[in-house]
Order: sequence, then C-alpha cells, then structure tokens
Amino acid sequence: MSEVIVFAVAAIIVLSGAVGVVISRNPVHSALFLIQTLFGVAVLFVLQEAHFLAAVQIVVYAGAIVILFLFVIMLLGVDTADDWSVEPIAGQRPLTVIAGAALGGLGLALVVVASDVLTGKVRSGGERALDERALDNGFTDIERIGRVLFSDYALSFEITAALLTVAVIGAVVLTRRQLRSELLEDLEAVSMDLPPAAPATSGSEAPTPPGEGNTTAAPVAPGESRAR
Amino acid sequence: MELTNDWYLVLSVAMFVIGAVGLLVRRNPLVMFMCVELMLNAVNVSFVSLGTELNDVSGQIAVFFVLVVAAVEVVVGLALVVAINRRRADATADDISVLRG
Repeated sequence: MSEVIVFAVAAIIVLSGAVGVVISRNPVHSALFLIQTLFGVAVLFVLQEAHFLAAVQIVVYAGAIVILFLFVIMLLGVDTADDWSVEPIAGQRPLTVIAGAALGGLGLALVVVASDVLTGKVRSGGERALDERALDNGFTDIERIGRVLFSDYALSFEITAALLTVAVIGAVVLTRRQLRSELLEDLEAVSMDLPPAAPATSGSEAPTPPGEGNTTAAPVAPGESRAR
Repeated sequence: MELTNDWYLVLSVAMFVIGAVGLLVRRNPLVMFMCVELMLNAVNVSFVSLGTELNDVSGQIAVFFVLVVAAVEVVVGLALVVAINRRRADATADDISVLRG
C-alpha cells in the first residue's frame, strides 16, 4: 500500500511537471518544471530498486542537461515569452490535440489489451533470465549493471565513447567563431557568386563587409548579439 | 491495491503524449528540446518497469544508453541553437525553415 502512495505522489509530480514544461510561456520556467519531472522519474526508479539509475538520472539530467539548457537560455537572452496568439500553420493545434489523443489511446490500448505481448512475457515464454542478468541474483544494483554492461554490452559501450567524442567536437565546431581570414575568403566567394545587380537579396545572412571584419573577429559583447 | 507493471506503463504513455503534444505545439527550439527529453524519460520509465517485470537487468542498461544519447542530442542541438541565434536573434522553429529541401 505504501508503494501505491509513493507511486501516486511521484506520478503527480511527474505529470504536473510535464504539463508545466509544455504550457510555461517562459523557457526558464519550462526548464525548472523539467527538473521537477526528472526528480519524479528518479523517485520511480528508486521505487523499482534501480538505485544507480536514479542517481545517474539526477546527476546527468538535472545536473548536466538542464543546466546546459538554462545556460543556453541565459547566454542567448531568450527570455521573451512565446506569442500564443499566432498560429503559424492553420488548424495545427486542434490537429495536434487529436493526434495526441489518438497516440494516447493507442498506447493505453496496447497496455490494457496486449500487456503480455508488450512486456515480452509471451516471447520469453515466462522463462527466467540468465542468472547474471536476473534482478534477484544477490548482487547489488551497481554490480549487476557493471557486470552486464562490461561483458555483453562492451562494444556498445565503446561506441558510446566515440559518440560522445563526436558530439563534443561537433558542438565546438558549430559554435566556433569564424576566423577573420576565413571570413574574408567566404566574402570573396559570395561576392563572386552574386550577380552585381542584386546585392540586396543576400539580406541579413551576408557576411559582414571587409571594413567590419575585425569587429566580428573580436569578442562579441553579450548585448551585441541580441541587438543584431 | 497493488502496484503492478501496468501502472508504470500507463504513466509512461501519459508522459510520452504530453511530450509529443508539446513538441508539436511549441515554437521555441529550446522548449521543443525539453519536450523531446520528456518523451525520452517516458521511454526510460517503461524500460525500467519492463525490466523489473521480466526480472532482467537489460532494461536498466537500455536506460543507460538512452541517457547518453539524450545528453549527446542536447549538446549538439543546443550548439545548433547557439549558431542559429548568432545569425538572427529570437529565431523560432518557423524561422529556421530555410533549410527545407
């Protein structure tokens, strides 16, 4: 019974946080609601005796990912509220609600009707998992995950390392400021491509003219990027 | 009342739907990323609950990898948001449509 109470409280925390993420006008509030949801999910993990994952959930999600979100929000100054009055694509919101209801109905139907298929009980024939993978083999949570992760899933783990490296390099390349010499090269290439009669079509996306090249290479003040 | 696996799955479905609707409705790229995180967490809940149901630790291992992929996705996605915001401030998802094929 006490488990049911814990589950109910955690579920309320999770769902109210999820709704808060979606309906908050301010992105900072959305990020804070996301933290609420993630803590609720961590409670659910503890309830299922996945203690290691609960800790990782809080450290990685609340401690790293949401902080990254907040950092970018603060960095960009995206503190303006969304304008809900404009609907860019006509009829999108009603359609979204219908699609969401359909998706939820489908999921609930799967859970209720095909529960045994969904959980893999039918496929596994109710057999007990291999002893090293079984959750009741006497090891602690971390030991169990460590043994399986570094034996059966060792290759996936190595590939994960490569993925993380690629992501870090990608993030650095994407956010790197262009060097002045490269900027000038780009500018020459663009000016050769453009027909002389229509320089205005490039609009705001054209690189800065050579005279302002040195200002672009200099560190941009926080307010300046917002003004552009 | 007893806490069964289905409760977790129903909660997971609800979380996933909220995240999906948010992803479709919101126009701010940052909030859209947060909605993707919601959907990933919904899947994590179902992974752990199914792993418990089948008495198999593989479900928790899957969550571990989902966490890594989520972190990577956020890093690259936020780098893109920063790069786009350098060219034009306050870009919504509708303004980033120049890349369409």
